[in-house]
Parts: sequence; structure tokens; C-alpha cells
Amino acid sequence: MAMDAHEIERLIKEALPDARVEIRDLAGDGDHYAATVVSAAFKGKTRVQQHQLVYSALKGNMGGVLHALALTTSTPEN
Amino acid sequence: MSIHDVIKSDIEANDVVLFMKGTPQFPMCGFSGQVVQILDYLGVPYKGVNVLENDDIRQGIKDFSNWPTIPQLYVKGEFVGGCDIVREMFQSGELQTHLTDKGVAVKQAAKA
Repeated sequence: MAMDAHEIERLIKEALPDARVEIRDLAGDGDHYAATVVSAAFKGKTRVQQHQLVYSALKGNMGGVLHALALTTSTPEN
Repeated sequence: MSIHDVIKSDIEANDVVLFMKGTPQFPMCGFSGQVVQILDYLGVPYKGVNVLENDDIRQGIKDFSNWPTIPQLYVKGEFVGGCDIVREMFQSGELQTHLTDKGVAVKQAAKA
């Protein structure tokens, strides 16, 4: 059971409504994606905390159904 | 001793600990392998913990740091990040600064 890009984007936007999300399928197997997420919610947070926000948005799929998500996060300004 | 305590004592007893799939000599996953390459390039001594050998540690480490994936890098008992973050920090030179700030010897300064 894999995840598709729209599902990932939907989940992230559900948790981070202002987020701009870009998803690239790295391997075409629904298991390896790269995602760039830009959101004001990341402001003042460390990279680890920013990524944890995205992982919690994915409601436990990360590391399970979704094997790999190469994540890049940033706030709207930079 | 609970898994939490086992992990805690491991990361406190070693300056740099990499929870990974496989061993530094034989990484079993591309992401773990990338962090191994970075640490080897920087000449940083570290302890590799092969989570594939122990399912309790494999799940325990994810709960310990509230981080869902492997590998996980710890420096002086503090979670630094997974493969993406370590690579990003390495490319920006932040990893080298972080290590030296924490008193961990780094051999190779990253080329600007």
C-alpha cells in the first residue's frame, strides 16, 4: 500500500493550511518522495521541529506506508 | 532497564551516535549510508547502532526522539536530525560548526 502525492499534499495542507507544498515522486513507486513545504508555522522553529510538524501532519504514515520523504522546509520569507 | 534507558545511556556514553540500518562498514539503506559518508568525510569518530539487529531499539528510538525514520544522529546526547537535516547542515557548514561547538573534533572543513 503506497501513498500518492495528492494524499501527502492534502494531509500537510490540512495541518498547515497556509503551506505551499511541492511533491516530487523520486522512484515512481509511491514510497519515495521529495517534498518542499513552505509555511509561516515554521517560524522560530528548528529544522527538527519543522520536520516533526510535517511528520505529525502525515498522521503516522511516515516511516510506515511512506518509506522515504526527502523533506525541505522553510518559512515564506527565506 | 527499559529501552528508553538503554538508548539514553548509549547516547550519553558516546559523543556521537548514529542509529542506522546496517553498520558503518556495511550500511543497509541509502539514507543511513549518506550519513555514514558525511561522518567519515569529516573524520568524526562515532558509534553506529544497527537498529536492524534489535526491533525494540528500532521502534524505541523513534519514540525516544519523536522522529519516525532511521537514521538518527545524536551529538552529545542531543538529537541532531535524520538524513535530510544532516545533509543540509553539512552542505551549509552548520554541521561542522555544531560539532566543534560541542567539542567534537572534525578533521575536514567543508569547502565553501
